[in-house]
Amino acid sequence: MSLLLRDVHKHFGAVRANDGITIEVEAGELHGLLGENGAGKSTLMKVLSGFHVADAGEIVLDGRALDMRTPHDAVTAGIGMLHQDPLVFLPFTVIDNFLLGAPGGVTVDRDAGAERLRQASERYGFSFDPTALARTLSVGERQQLEIVRLLWLGAKVLILDEPTTGISTSQRDRLFDVLRRLAAEGMIVIFVSHKLEEVESLCNRVTVMRRGKVVGHVDLPVPTAQLVKMMFGDVIVEGARPEAPLGPPVLQLDGVTLAERLITVEDLTLSVAAGEVVGLAGLEGSGQRTLLRGCAGLVPARSGTITVGGADLTHRGYRACRAAAVHYLPAGRLEEGLVDGLSLTEHFELVSGRRSFFVDWDEARRSTGEHIDSHTIKGTPETTADALSGGNQQRLLLAMMPKAIALLLMEHPTRGLDIESAEWVWSRLLKRRRQGTAIVFASADLDELLRYSDRIAVFFNGRVIAVVNAADTTAEELGHLIGGKQRTE
Amino acid sequence: MNELATIVATATPLVYATIGEMINEKAGVINLSLDGSILLAAMVGFAAAVASDSVIIGFLAAIVVSVAIAALVAFSSIELRLNQIAVGFVLFLLARQLALFFGDSYVGQVGPKVPAWDIPLLSDIPFLGVVLFRHNLSVYGSYVLVIAAFFVIYKTRIGLVLQGAGERPEAAFARGIPVNRLRLLATVTGGALVGVAGAAVSLDQIAGWRENLTTNLGWIALAFVIFGGWHPFRVAIACYVYRGLLFVAGQFQEELPEFVQVLNTLPFLLMILMLTAVNTQWFRRLGDNHPRWRNFLASDPPSAIGTVFARD
Amino acid sequence: MMLRLAQWRTALVSLVLAIGITLLLLVLVDAPPLEALRLLWDGSFGSDTKIADTLMAWVPLVVAAAGLLVTFQAGLWNIGVEGQIIMGAIGASWVARSVTGPSWLVVIAAFAAGIALGVGWALVPGTLRTVFRVHEIFSGVALFFVAGGLAIYLIIGPWSRAGIASTSGTDPFPTASWLPTIGRLRLSIVAVVVAVMAVVAVAVLLRGTRYGLRLKAVGRNPASAFLMGIATSRSMLSAFAVCGALGGIAGTVQAIGFHHKLVPSISGGYGFLGILVVLLAGFRTAWIAPIALFFAAILVGSTQLSLRLQIDSSLAGVVQGVLVLLILLTGGWQARRTRIAEAEAET
Repeated sequence: MSLLLRDVHKHFGAVRANDGITIEVEAGELHGLLGENGAGKSTLMKVLSGFHVADAGEIVLDGRALDMRTPHDAVTAGIGMLHQDPLVFLPFTVIDNFLLGAPGGVTVDRDAGAERLRQASERYGFSFDPTALARTLSVGERQQLEIVRLLWLGAKVLILDEPTTGISTSQRDRLFDVLRRLAAEGMIVIFVSHKLEEVESLCNRVTVMRRGKVVGHVDLPVPTAQLVKMMFGDVIVEGARPEAPLGPPVLQLDGVTLAERLITVEDLTLSVAAGEVVGLAGLEGSGQRTLLRGCAGLVPARSGTITVGGADLTHRGYRACRAAAVHYLPAGRLEEGLVDGLSLTEHFELVSGRRSFFVDWDEARRSTGEHIDSHTIKGTPETTADALSGGNQQRLLLAMMPKAIALLLMEHPTRGLDIESAEWVWSRLLKRRRQGTAIVFASADLDELLRYSDRIAVFFNGRVIAVVNAADTTAEELGHLIGGKQRTE
Repeated sequence: MNELATIVATATPLVYATIGEMINEKAGVINLSLDGSILLAAMVGFAAAVASDSVIIGFLAAIVVSVAIAALVAFSSIELRLNQIAVGFVLFLLARQLALFFGDSYVGQVGPKVPAWDIPLLSDIPFLGVVLFRHNLSVYGSYVLVIAAFFVIYKTRIGLVLQGAGERPEAAFARGIPVNRLRLLATVTGGALVGVAGAAVSLDQIAGWRENLTTNLGWIALAFVIFGGWHPFRVAIACYVYRGLLFVAGQFQEELPEFVQVLNTLPFLLMILMLTAVNTQWFRRLGDNHPRWRNFLASDPPSAIGTVFARD
Repeated sequence: MMLRLAQWRTALVSLVLAIGITLLLLVLVDAPPLEALRLLWDGSFGSDTKIADTLMAWVPLVVAAAGLLVTFQAGLWNIGVEGQIIMGAIGASWVARSVTGPSWLVVIAAFAAGIALGVGWALVPGTLRTVFRVHEIFSGVALFFVAGGLAIYLIIGPWSRAGIASTSGTDPFPTASWLPTIGRLRLSIVAVVVAVMAVVAVAVLLRGTRYGLRLKAVGRNPASAFLMGIATSRSMLSAFAVCGALGGIAGTVQAIGFHHKLVPSISGGYGFLGILVVLLAGFRTAWIAPIALFFAAILVGSTQLSLRLQIDSSLAGVVQGVLVLLILLTGGWQARRTRIAEAEAET
């Protein structure tokens, strides 16, 4: 049995998420789909599972071309997808989650269902309390439940989208054992990930994607360096960065533990000096965002101290951090940074620091015009934030930053931007750096991390596993560290 | 005993309306037009019954009207992606005004009533027989409805799927469930029950038509769906207890006319209390500590209530 | 303020359809349509008294609508404004009945009491929303019924007419509390001026002040607003307070400017109708005054219909509801067509 995706295209507006993808997967193969964030893997799997309808191309399973328009079609065809955040119904019980949507008679026989759940789980070494609420299960356990459910429904193809985020090592090992068994039993298993080490240890064959296209297919094992090169391309680190003298420490984290809903970051100790740029590397969900939000006062610290410019900001909250010249730029430009429906002028007026009751709109428009010029934003004072392109939205966000910033925290400063905008963003950031701002930024772009950081802190599973000087490391080594492999001397 | 029987009978329209609204809210659609729908359905039902001299025609006409309104709410949310609250509220006012407009000529008229029918064996049971089984089909229907609603939602496949659609539409959709079609179905079913509620007032409980016939029945129903935690039994209990309190107050009408006023506001005070209490830790733990009663004690709304589900 | 061509078209379609439906309804109740329309016009603008009545209906409606604009800007559905009007009327009634002194003093005190009670009543759903995350629709409607119950309690209880505890209302207030009127008309210039001031104040508040700008940000994206340093809870609460104050003003005018006594229907449905006005105006401040006037005219004119043609005055409500419903539906339909067209263009 084989699954063939032939010349699949999918675009969203101007973005070509999948640009002519052709992949063939055989049963028993344990096929890995490898690529950076934004490479197009998730979109492709969503097409395969019926969530998105492809613009062009076909999907052929077992010789039969599938007409995929809705997830229902995928379910009928036997394609089961395990999402990164398992789509379980949190307030419902385990047994209800197991049975919801499954075919059967008019009534729901929960006892029989619980028995079937038990049998199915035992086969793979899982165990569940049928009456427990899904909310009480860990992410790993929810995954297990979903897998058992998909298998019980007779899935012939199992797609796992970044399954190892947020699960413990022992759960991961168990998962891998199960996957190997399934593959051996003749199932088509596709393992989507950007974790090099895991793909290497689990899969037999790998397809690497980058920027919407397939870079190549290889049979494992293969030298890691080759995979890294396929994933990230040739990393060209341009000439030396202008050196800037480092000042006194601005940010000091001492044994900080931050707990958010899905992730806990433990025992962080880090110091960032004025004029220093520290890049946070790591897989999505490894803790970088939590650190940034914790420094901004948005996530309470469970232990440890956070000091900015000598002042203890540990439990003070967002407004105190703001007052201490800490500025936080989230990744979701429209979701968390800008307000859709509000014009550029209105945005600038809101952050202008002016206190007058009445707004002088003429003055506001005039100064907005100045910002537009100085930051080359393609728009007028009346343009609304949602009408701007991603690059211009970022320009707007940067233009909205206060004049004096002691500590700048940025999530993915150039995500989704074209090269020109990305370079412009960094030219502004470096200017700040020269003025003495300490910059901490998270990025999935190795090139960016290597080029602009003084030091890079690598996150893995909620801990900082290494802090390296950017000048002393290479893209290959960085890729290894991100994948969880220890540094080789 | 007779008093209890009266309480049970007068609670019937409220039970229909509340269970009906509960069904569509379970699927994630809130029908804010409820109060107006019931009034309009009551009026149309009465008018049709008078014109045809048939109670059944009256009920059917009421159902047609309320289903049309409910379908409009569902359609505007699903296809037109309009705010359910905005459309529901406008329909509330409109339906209400339509009822008053067309009903004007029916004030004071006498129409057919649902014939009384004691259930043969059951009505001879001492005590319960008198209270429960010496009414009419409309009242008996409400018993069946409560039990059926419980059974369908918690014991059948489609009930489970319905809950899923209202709780997390993306997850239900990923499992191949036609979320929007289900929502439409649930809303139409709820709408039909609202129609029955209206007819139950004008053709049974307060036979006839006048301006304030259904006295805030719809808003009370909306309140009790929340207060009842979207569980058919709890919702039904709320309805019966409320009518009981009203009855008691009615006995004291002469001495304490103000008490009745207070009672009219009771469902809403209870609802606010409930909505506030839901956010406390104590109440959440209550459900966790008693797994068997979990469904009964739950108080969280279906998470996707009031939202538009668009697959892109 | 300028509408795109497509929006003018949908508005026109809705208006035509609404007129058509109205005519149909009239035919259905055996009423001569043209005669009915003529009576509507006469009933609202046909004479001095009629114009006065229309304006006095316009005042509470437009003040309530103005208040609602503020809460809508903050992203809130303050349906409870109807209850805030009632409470404002109760406050003003209390002053009218108990405070003695020169008329100007009593009037000012009445407004103050009305505003205070309106604000207080609005802060309840406000607090329930910001602190306990209770949706303001439910708490608003609940408090509307409580306020209504309170009014009835006062009317048949402590404030009942001597010897007759009837629901037709309290004794008329002492004339010192009455808003001065023009001649024999029921028109109070004070009321009209207050209404105009309210609309202008809200327009300025929402478009010309930093406060209004903050509300706009909170209403559209509270997360981003928070990150920009805006106190989102405080903004929401203040929006409730402002709307409550305006509701209180509307209630005061109803109590001492129109009815001159407390009646069960003191809020006159103006709160709910105000929501329709705002929806029809597409949340644009400039449009609420003319639309409110239009709705007030229909309301007042329809009493003529009931007098002369025995058509229930609820026709007014039907016309208003149909119009708003059509605008919403046609707007949604238009958006759907655009969406489908765009999706097709991409493939």
